[in-house]
Amino acid sequence: MSEVVLRDFGWRHAGRKAWAVRGVDLRIAHGERVLLLGGSGAGKSTLLAALAGLLPEDSGDAEGSVEIDGLDPRKARERVGIVFQDPQTQLVMARSGDDVAFGLENRGVPAAEIWPRVGDALARVGFRYPIDRATAALSGGEQQRLALAGVLALRPGLLLLDEPTANLDPAGAALVRDAVARSGDADTTLIIVEHRVAEALPLVDRVVILEPGGGIRADGPPAAVFGAHGDHLADEGVWVPDRPLPTFPQSRSNSSDIFVRVTGVAKSNRLAPVSMTVRAGEVLAVTGPNGVGKSTLALILGGLLAPTSGRVTALGERLPPHKWRAADLTRRIGSVFQNPEHQFVTNRVADELAAGPRRLGRSPAEVTAVVDELLERLRLTRLAGANPYTLSGGEARRLSVATALATAPRLLLLDEPTFGQDRRTWIELVALLAALRDDGHGVVAVTHDEDFVTALADRVQSLDHAAPDRAPPHGAPPHGAPPLGEQSGSASQVEAPSAPEVAGPAGAGLVDRP
Amino acid sequence: MTSLLSPVAAAAGPLARRNPVAKLAAALVFTVPLLATVDPLTPALALAVEIVALPFFGLGYLAVARRAWPLVVAAFGIVVTMVLFSASRSGTLLLALGPFDVTTGVLTTALALALRIFAFALPGLVVFATTDPTDLADALVQNAKAPARFAIGALAAFRLVPLLAEEWQMLTLARRARGIDAGHNPFARLALFGSTAFALLVGALRRGGRLAVAMDARGFDSGLPRTYARRQVFGGLDLLLVIGAGTLSAGALTTSILLGVFRPLLG
Amino acid sequence: MNNPTTNNRWRTIDIVISSVVAVAFGVIFWAWGLLWNGPADAIPLPGRAVLYGMWLVPAVLGALIVRKPGAAFYTLSLASLVSVALGTAWGWSIVVQGPLEALGAELAFAAFAYRVYRLPVALLAAVLAGVVASVYDAFVWYPGTSWASMRLPYILITAASSLVIAGLGSVVLTGALAQTGVLDRFAAGRQRAAV
Repeated sequence: MSEVVLRDFGWRHAGRKAWAVRGVDLRIAHGERVLLLGGSGAGKSTLLAALAGLLPEDSGDAEGSVEIDGLDPRKARERVGIVFQDPQTQLVMARSGDDVAFGLENRGVPAAEIWPRVGDALARVGFRYPIDRATAALSGGEQQRLALAGVLALRPGLLLLDEPTANLDPAGAALVRDAVARSGDADTTLIIVEHRVAEALPLVDRVVILEPGGGIRADGPPAAVFGAHGDHLADEGVWVPDRPLPTFPQSRSNSSDIFVRVTGVAKSNRLAPVSMTVRAGEVLAVTGPNGVGKSTLALILGGLLAPTSGRVTALGERLPPHKWRAADLTRRIGSVFQNPEHQFVTNRVADELAAGPRRLGRSPAEVTAVVDELLERLRLTRLAGANPYTLSGGEARRLSVATALATAPRLLLLDEPTFGQDRRTWIELVALLAALRDDGHGVVAVTHDEDFVTALADRVQSLDHAAPDRAPPHGAPPHGAPPLGEQSGSASQVEAPSAPEVAGPAGAGLVDRP
Repeated sequence: MTSLLSPVAAAAGPLARRNPVAKLAAALVFTVPLLATVDPLTPALALAVEIVALPFFGLGYLAVARRAWPLVVAAFGIVVTMVLFSASRSGTLLLALGPFDVTTGVLTTALALALRIFAFALPGLVVFATTDPTDLADALVQNAKAPARFAIGALAAFRLVPLLAEEWQMLTLARRARGIDAGHNPFARLALFGSTAFALLVGALRRGGRLAVAMDARGFDSGLPRTYARRQVFGGLDLLLVIGAGTLSAGALTTSILLGVFRPLLG
Repeated sequence: MNNPTTNNRWRTIDIVISSVVAVAFGVIFWAWGLLWNGPADAIPLPGRAVLYGMWLVPAVLGALIVRKPGAAFYTLSLASLVSVALGTAWGWSIVVQGPLEALGAELAFAAFAYRVYRLPVALLAAVLAGVVASVYDAFVWYPGTSWASMRLPYILITAASSLVIAGLGSVVLTGALAQTGVLDRFAAGRQRAAV
């Protein structure tokens, strides 16, 4: 059990003008379970890093004091365990058991004690595989469970969870929450930062809200805190529970223009045969469990992958999209990847936006006009000269959507566009897509996000894992129909291995971007 | 790509089960002396020994042949280089090509070098095909006294290789989606390659930063002496493997010296 | 608290980042192999040496980023090992040659007591590594070829290639990486203006 005391604590990272966290006075007693919230930029990750003793000693500026059981966190490291949001960069070893043993080896635990403790920790989190299971073969949720086991094996008095489910699909997130609930005991103090607030509430008994720019805005039991500050928080982007999201129904009746027709398209080992159509002026959501091939389908539709069977006919062209020249592709179909950083090709935001139109041979005047308009529309004007890799998660996502729009494609494909977004950027993005749809563009979104489907999708295409040789799945009726969870097969796919399509999102690292 | 990385033999053969450091040392001890000579007999003998030894490592000839085909390309390249640039064209003339006369002298040296490529590469292939990276790191630390933090750091980074390979594919697709493709123009291809490599590096460095923080959070920099969850033992049989490798290598060299075929590398 | 410590002890992040640079280049070399399997081999030596510098980038880049004794040596040696594991044509011999080249680069940084990491030192490190690499090749892989028409031009072209690609190229690359913010925990990254 550990007690945490912060007195007027502040921290500024090296090379930044603004303080990441400032003026924090907080006391957390033994065994308390706290949910830490705040809009983006409020410094939650930095605070957790400070508690874990991970802030660099040789750079950055500190103010005030932070103590764990009366000790400086850097001296109290063995009492603290922290789980981060990206499973891939927390796992060190190739085999599961070895990874849990890693922490024990580091601390000099005698060899005879190591494996029993590993077994204990794995059982505590409900890990279902043998200890020689390859870590690369685990799904995201299972990897996070393993990371939690690795931390619990060291028996910390203070457990910190920094957005542990941010990179996971709903099934994976449920796995992790289950592990946390199961492994918790009255002896461990818990501090959790989690953007899916409604789902984290059962795990905690106290909510603390950080104010961006300094101090604590609120501190107390969940009901009281959300009652008093809920609206303001929602505006700042916190996913306050029980607040409805806007919906964007189609403004005109079903259009008839078919943009893309897909017949029996499959990719060996990755995608079972699918047939579907994509229309103008419509948002189509592609859903399905992990591993079923949603991202593969998006790549095929986007002309980036050739299918191993079936035909794709798009926009009245004779050749299928994967045979088009890249420049032609950008004029017709724009693809927005799950990780925006994959698509950056220049070192200035303005140049990123200009790159597409320039390749199409537009005149300099036209290019500037397009760039200015997009910067304005997506609120990126202030960042026009910045290096794209320095953008925050939400900004990077907006930039990648903007670059796809720069070449004015008629169809826009997005892979998990709302991944890891806070409430404000989520609403912005959905509104933008709705506006594009109303302008006559086609929009296809591969997504796990049920809220997105409810708010925006005009049609849903569900890819079912259970029967690859069945007749092709049909599109589900528009929103307002029974929830997607009732589609067959999805619940059993919880253990599917992590497929290439569920890659990590942009940035949002521990200390490099608050 | 991952098929290149995963150990193929899964400890099927008796020699495959030897200590990883012993296998590494044996491979080094066997191949390095081969560099001393430029005659074709020594590498031929060495290659014969290696081919005979393959089943004892649990490796099938087909599996090895599949992994070894880039060597054929390299060997061909060396033969061409010899024909073009050989310093001495002694021996019987086989093909008159003016300044590029092909003589028996030229072909002998070319053959020697080509055989050397294979003789040299095979042990490495065997080591990596029959050794699990974690076991190798453990053995380097416990038996060869390599610095533990570096070995584990390297191992942790190595785990990222398949991820980075996938990321390379993604980055290539993403560039096509941005309208950038290179076609057949070599300069455009180079530029595209450079851009993709840069993006890969940025992603890799970002991951590395997070990994380092996570490792420290689990006590990697605690300064305490590490304990070992998995023991690696270097025993008598392992020493025997290394000695055996050295002996065979010396044997090959001695044979060519005795037969008068030996041609020293220097001098 | 703003100045980086200048002690020579490797932090975890130093070890992990140099390992990651090594491994990333292992993958880059693999991708290079995929790209140029046919065409490049058609270019006869010593012309092919024009791109040799590429294989030496990890040594100089590792040292420029991490700035600790042994960085050049460790990064290039690990990159060589990873290349072998991924299957390059020259295979096992790189396990011997790689560390030797890396030592060449290391010498340059050592000569300046590991305190200077500007362009001239990077160029020197690159050239030393390139010379070691090409001399090794000349003796081990191309014995019996003419010095005048093959080996000497090979060494000179490799040295020039290393100078440009591994020396100048690494410095430019470090600068570009610093601009993306990934080097913020290193001295190389502190050249970035406050954001």
